[in-house]
Amino acid sequence: MPSYSFVLNRKPVTVEAPTDMPLLWVLRDLLHVTGPKYGCGVGVCRACTSHLDGEEIQPCVVPVADCAGREVTTIEGLADGDKLHPVQQAWLGCDVAQCGFCQPGQIMAAAALLKKTARPTDADIDRIENVCRCGTYSRIREAIKKASANG
Amino acid sequence: MARQLSRRTFMVYSLAASTLTLAAPIGCDTSSAEGAEAESARRPSDVLVTGTDAEMLVLEVTAANKVVVRLPRVEVGQGVTTAVAMMIAEELDARLADVDIPLADARAKGNQYTGGSSSVSSLYGPARELAATARAKLVTAAAKRWHLPPRSLRTRDTRVIAPDGRSATFGSLTASAARIHRPAVSSKPKPASRHRVIGRPTTRIDARDIVTGKAEYAGDLVVAEAQPTVVARPPTLGGKVVSVDDRVARAMPGVHAVVKVTGGVAVVAESFHHAFKARDALRITWAPGPLASLSDAAIRARLRAAVPRLGNPPRGSAQTEGEFEFAFVSHAPMEVLTAVADVRATRAEIWFSSQTPMDARESIASAVGLPKSTVKVHVIRGGGSFGRRLNHDAAIEAALISKAARRPVKLMWSRADDIRHGRMRPASHHRIRASHARGKVVAFVHSTASVSESYGQSGAAVQGGAIPAVTRAAGPLPSDSGLYNFGRVSGGSGSVELAMPLGAWRSVDSGTMRTAEEIVVDEVARSLGKDPVAFRRTTLRNKAVKAVLDKTASAGAWSRTMPAGQAQGVAVHEEYGSCVACLVEIDATDPKNPRVTKVVMAADVGTAVNPRGLEAQLMGTAIDGISTVLRAGLHIDRGAVRESSYADFHYARQRHAPLHFEAHIMPSRRDPGGAGELGVPAAAGAVANAYARATGTKPRRFPLNF
Repeated sequence: MPSYSFVLNRKPVTVEAPTDMPLLWVLRDLLHVTGPKYGCGVGVCRACTSHLDGEEIQPCVVPVADCAGREVTTIEGLADGDKLHPVQQAWLGCDVAQCGFCQPGQIMAAAALLKKTARPTDADIDRIENVCRCGTYSRIREAIKKASANG
Repeated sequence: MARQLSRRTFMVYSLAASTLTLAAPIGCDTSSAEGAEAESARRPSDVLVTGTDAEMLVLEVTAANKVVVRLPRVEVGQGVTTAVAMMIAEELDARLADVDIPLADARAKGNQYTGGSSSVSSLYGPARELAATARAKLVTAAAKRWHLPPRSLRTRDTRVIAPDGRSATFGSLTASAARIHRPAVSSKPKPASRHRVIGRPTTRIDARDIVTGKAEYAGDLVVAEAQPTVVARPPTLGGKVVSVDDRVARAMPGVHAVVKVTGGVAVVAESFHHAFKARDALRITWAPGPLASLSDAAIRARLRAAVPRLGNPPRGSAQTEGEFEFAFVSHAPMEVLTAVADVRATRAEIWFSSQTPMDARESIASAVGLPKSTVKVHVIRGGGSFGRRLNHDAAIEAALISKAARRPVKLMWSRADDIRHGRMRPASHHRIRASHARGKVVAFVHSTASVSESYGQSGAAVQGGAIPAVTRAAGPLPSDSGLYNFGRVSGGSGSVELAMPLGAWRSVDSGTMRTAEEIVVDEVARSLGKDPVAFRRTTLRNKAVKAVLDKTASAGAWSRTMPAGQAQGVAVHEEYGSCVACLVEIDATDPKNPRVTKVVMAADVGTAVNPRGLEAQLMGTAIDGISTVLRAGLHIDRGAVRESSYADFHYARQRHAPLHFEAHIMPSRRDPGGAGELGVPAAAGAVANAYARATGTKPRRFPLNF
């Protein structure tokens, strides 16, 4: 079985996994990092959204082999210890979550957006594809704007 | 307005324990609460001796100064744990952060049903009585310790405070409070005028866990060494395995077991990656399901034919008529159905998110052939539900797989399983006629037909041999409530029985029936030459409904001038002892790609325990209305669901959500009504009405862009 090393939430990890094993299942089933959620397995719902070298990815469609030697950040690694990331803080401030299942992905998508576009417009926010079945979109929009203003 | 809940008296019991532990019975309504009381009065020792939490809401104050209430409900995003924590914090004068609300395991008796928007109204009395009694005992215990008059003591921040400034945590008093039988201060809940927590917008108690990824759902649990499991399912609904060649799959690395189940072929493996790969390597010959010759057009024709006749309109009246069709809709909660099952020869343990854990326990016990008493069901928070977790298909299936494979399993339905194999809101057909004379509606008739689930052998097979516990909520049709002064209101309903996995979808029949009716109300107004808001205002029966309509109309600037292709629409709804109005603005310049740009809602739900949570529920129902009216539905092609993910089941994304949303909550001192489902019909109706006004069309078949 091939072995892959990468940095996960600032710590080096090595896993033995099939080459084509999606990062999502490496995280969830091998490393027990369960913040990234399965919602579709085909990169559509984006509940698993995480970062690879700081860029947004959907781990359900990224093979572990593509992550070798790179830096993976999941929702668990977004905060700096107990100090929440401004996006997480804004999510709390706006009480965005309902069931919460899509929110790790929503937060990671928002953090990636703000990194590229510090002052996103409504059109920029509209381009976020992550599904929220509870329909928290208005609070997500509000929280992104709040994080942008505070960031 | 629906009936006002009567004032009730709740008995609160002390449970034998070394910490202060109290229990209050909960019932759905006055009669069952009184029944529980009477029964317990006859056999009080049962409760005191066993300390069982069956049928009880149980509160414990721990020595670590935590207030723990095991809740016989499930949290699926609706915010019930936060609402109950607020009720408890209010009456105990505890800090909200000191209140924990774990979900209770399945019980043997009592009301453990999460549905019908009933949780807050059923818990509001018992939870406050319970906490108020606990507070009285804690104060009494402190008074004894300090030799002070009990009435001189105050409570605040999970502490009892003496006039001289001394204070003691509840945790430090719990052992002595447990020995207090007769509190020396009042154990009655506070009057609403003294509420400091109830009614104040409050952030969810689990918000931090959610934003840090710590919140655990069934699939995140590490229990019983359960192994990832998926099921290969038939291409058609209710299809059957004819033969399976699993040699390749079994030989694949990481595969633990392959077992045949009613719904298909299950693979247990060391990871979900291994399980999916092996599932895809199975060579299965399928027999088509019982609906293999049936597609949407035929289902629609059968529904239309099943709608009872409307009868003759009153003589001399003019008619406004409409026929409406609603497609099947998936619940599609973000968290797919997931259940951990550990079934042994003499016992079973199951972990999953359930709105009906007591029924689930019985069904699972009977499915695996064990006595109910040996089956333990742990209720886990759910990633959304919308009615989907009323049924426990996946838990029964997981138990059967665990039994057959002789190992603990973590079963997960794929998203394609979820969308293609149900459950779904049934498709329906509606025929509505409003008869008017001299500018007034004198008769209103609404006949409907919907698909209902047949439980023949083949129908049951679709869901792992399980008969669903709940297919639709009981109660009168909302149209019977006499929302409007429309003279004689009548109707009938028919059904087309099909072996399809159906289920109650948020707001159940109201989501289609009341939506269609609100469209007709707009069309009647138009034919009478009246403004839709003005017409409703003069024909609505109830003051509270008029008030939410007025609030929405003024806050949403009703009838403001809008560019061509854009319009406003309104609708109202009344149910669960609550009422709501919704105003939307739509940009339908491109009718194939409309955008709801603004939503304004106003609701009267009686006491809004957590206004911020209520606003969230209304926001969610607005998105449900937008989705089901404009884009989200399922097609049936030759006995199979065409859609298989969010790529083709078009539930709204951020770009379909309103740029502006506001909710207004009417002040009220009434006991709480229901709120979780309330907004769906009003939002759906308002979206349809806005679309009609923006495009000059009469919307008839939903979703409109399908």
